[in-house]
Amino acid sequence: MCRLFAVTSSQPQSPVMAINALNVMKEGHDGSGVGLFLTDLGGEFEKFKNEPILSGIFSNEGIKALDHFMIDQDFMVKYKLSLRPTKPAPSGTPKRDNYVIRVYEYPAEWENLSREEIEYRLMMVQLQLRQIGEKDQSMLIFSFWPDVIMIKEVGDPLAVAEYLGLDRRDLTARVILCQGRQNTNYSINIYACHPFFIQGMATMTNGENTAFVPIREFLMSRDFPGYSGYYSDSEVFTHILHYMRNRLGLGMEMYKHIITPLKDGELARHPDGGMLRSLKQSCRPLIIDGPNCVIGCLPDKSMFMVQDSKKLRPGVVGGRPGIFAFSSEMCGLDASIPERDINLDHQPMRYETVLVRRERQEMEKWNQWNALPPLH
Amino acid sequence: MEPVERITPSTLSAKDLPWQILWRKDRCTLCGRCTSVCPVRAIELGVHRKRALTIPPGLEERPANLFSVYHGIDQRTDPAHACVGCGMCTLVCPNGAIVPARTDESDRLRFHVNQGGEARRRGGRRNDSKSVLDRIKFVRISMLTDPALDAGRHEFELHTLLGRILPPERMLAAERDNGWTPPVREIYPLIIGGMSFGALSPNMWEGLQMGVAHLNEEMGMPVRICTGEGGCPPRLLQSRFLKYVILQIASGYFGWDEIIHALPKMKEDPCAIEIKYGQGAKPGDGGLLMWYKVNKLIAAIRGVPQGISLPSPPTHQTKYSIEEAVAKMIQSMSMAWGFRVPVYPKISATSTTQAVLNNLTRNPYAAGLAIDGEDGGTGAAYNVSMDHMGHPIASNLRDAYMTLVKLGKQNELPLFAGGGIGKNGNLAANAAALIMLGASGVQTGKYILQAAAGCLGSEGDRCNVCNIGVCPKGITSQDPRLDRRLDPEKVARRLVDVYLTFDTELKKIVAPLGRSTSLPIGMSDALGISNADAAQRLNIQYVL
Repeated sequence: MCRLFAVTSSQPQSPVMAINALNVMKEGHDGSGVGLFLTDLGGEFEKFKNEPILSGIFSNEGIKALDHFMIDQDFMVKYKLSLRPTKPAPSGTPKRDNYVIRVYEYPAEWENLSREEIEYRLMMVQLQLRQIGEKDQSMLIFSFWPDVIMIKEVGDPLAVAEYLGLDRRDLTARVILCQGRQNTNYSINIYACHPFFIQGMATMTNGENTAFVPIREFLMSRDFPGYSGYYSDSEVFTHILHYMRNRLGLGMEMYKHIITPLKDGELARHPDGGMLRSLKQSCRPLIIDGPNCVIGCLPDKSMFMVQDSKKLRPGVVGGRPGIFAFSSEMCGLDASIPERDINLDHQPMRYETVLVRRERQEMEKWNQWNALPPLH
Repeated sequence: MEPVERITPSTLSAKDLPWQILWRKDRCTLCGRCTSVCPVRAIELGVHRKRALTIPPGLEERPANLFSVYHGIDQRTDPAHACVGCGMCTLVCPNGAIVPARTDESDRLRFHVNQGGEARRRGGRRNDSKSVLDRIKFVRISMLTDPALDAGRHEFELHTLLGRILPPERMLAAERDNGWTPPVREIYPLIIGGMSFGALSPNMWEGLQMGVAHLNEEMGMPVRICTGEGGCPPRLLQSRFLKYVILQIASGYFGWDEIIHALPKMKEDPCAIEIKYGQGAKPGDGGLLMWYKVNKLIAAIRGVPQGISLPSPPTHQTKYSIEEAVAKMIQSMSMAWGFRVPVYPKISATSTTQAVLNNLTRNPYAAGLAIDGEDGGTGAAYNVSMDHMGHPIASNLRDAYMTLVKLGKQNELPLFAGGGIGKNGNLAANAAALIMLGASGVQTGKYILQAAAGCLGSEGDRCNVCNIGVCPKGITSQDPRLDRRLDPEKVARRLVDVYLTFDTELKKIVAPLGRSTSLPIGMSDALGISNADAAQRLNIQYVL
């Protein structure tokens, strides 16, 4: 089963810190892929908090096509960070021409657009580039969003990190999501590599989502272009989160009520049972059938973990004020924050959601049995 | 040689019939049980004269004839009394002296069952044992990454929804604004399909109702039963058990006078109202209760005179088109119960299903669509309708579901599939296949009759005399002498057996697929079939 590690820290951390934690959990991933989601960035990127950053892998032809496309759209490169491997690629990792992390300046004509419109257009640029690149595999696009960097590659996480030189000083972040993939029943495709990203939010999952096909059909029929891709059954978790927040306007406390609703008998005893029953019925195609542990990051940089009742070895959250880590295995947490009070570690169970906000002072725990805040 | 009787075009021998009675003189005690139990009087006491030649040795005495008489069974061969193969004679014979056997070639009777210009009518089913549903396999078995679940120990929530389910955006808006939310029922995904009071005997109906009540109140299984078109006994209408009943209204409106008058006295709302526009067994043809079965009780409940045939028109006569009919009838029925009861149409599967479905998606009061495939059964229909009219359920249901997916309304408008589910005994597997093709639930009638009451019908044109009120098991007769053969308590007990078995088997299918938290509606990636054309048509995996 894939290994997951995430950290949220007041001090910017190198992605290698997360990779090392993954390495401790090595027996659970098979080197079929590693994915990194970095946000609340440190280093040079602090200066560009509002400008969109493009993350992806490009062939030399792809770079030309990218430049052509972005110039047409009136995007100007403001800053770039090049990952230039000097050593031979590790076993299983393809040789790539360019790993691209570029900060762009918005087109002048976007200046007076609403935030919602800008966010929509950024997503559409990402989708268009991905579509152009899919024809000849000249571009692999992971994100195009302010204050977000994503790196994905096939191979063993530690070997890939060393190969790409991810320990460099100018690549740090306060929020890091990292996954070591154990390829299961889908072919090795870098777009199947977690974390998945859409409009500022990202999630990664381990376990298999057996209800994938009906969920995918439901999302794809919402008439929203961002709900596409689905090389992995786990991408739906990100899109459900997005649908819930951006389309339904619901808060994070409802995520678990949508993906793992209370049973009918339990709803009868819940203070908000009537509303939750209607929600369960209306969102029936979004009910997952795990076992799954989901770790994610919201646009406000909060980090969360939920899992379903079938998750026999739940993920764990621990840390201390200033730094908290979310890990699919206890050993990953031990390796990354050994000096924490382990008595405060928490494994969210079937009814719980754990959330650590950007302030990184405490773990918030929500239970599905809690009364809900009023709808707004 | 002198003929025994005149030979006419329709004079048949036993060999010309589909079933021949094999009778063993050496075992028969001449008790007469077989002749009295035969529903079509195909056998009668035969008095046979037998001649034996005695040829003494030598030449002194002349050979002589010795005549003797023995009693036994004669099989009648006129079309009206041809054996239907029900096997009741075998069932009652104390010595195993008699059994009907199927002819070894195509029968000749089929050319003569239209005496007086009356085309053949019968009950039963399509008489074709082939089934696409039986060929569908569940191929996506959870293995290493998500271990298969334990069907015996894991918790399962396999209920389904009947009713118009608001999309999440509108549901939340209704919640905020305290707006109207359409009624939705949480029910068990196996519904007992519409079989009317009239088509079924009072004992059969009572047995089914008792079984349903037990399943709901003692076993915690929200099983629902549809009345079919024939009204509902007033005591049931006024009881708390009405909530387990789906009332059906069809083009004859039989029984609706009673239902409307009972409205003020109802303690509970019915589960739902089903408006029948079509039936898989006889698509495009109306319901039919033949005069044999319209006795005083049936006539009273249906509000008609006794002893006349009750054909429902093929369409709802008061309406011009199905669009208008659906809109107006759904509205009327919803209003009758204060918009608290889901109202949905049932149609026979047809290549025009999509048109009906598209119409329903635009009708905010439509609570679902039931589609009945060509393999549906009936108490009475023309043979030609049963054998040759209609559309198979699998592809029709799949098309309907994919249409809803395209419109994004796959959760809003639940589809219920019927027609041939479990026709070869594979009830849970067939139901699970249809659910994974996109059905929210299934309806079945024949399987229930066979398993809960011992119906003798088969896909080989066996028995099938439901239409003339002579059901030898008392399931579809209105003759108290036959009806009393069926003990309602035992029907109820068998019905509970059927549901418990179905539940276990359904879990045995979904648990290995890793599913337990919701019914796997539309989980088509779990399905495979060893026929490339079928796989392509149903958009499932082709497996060999």
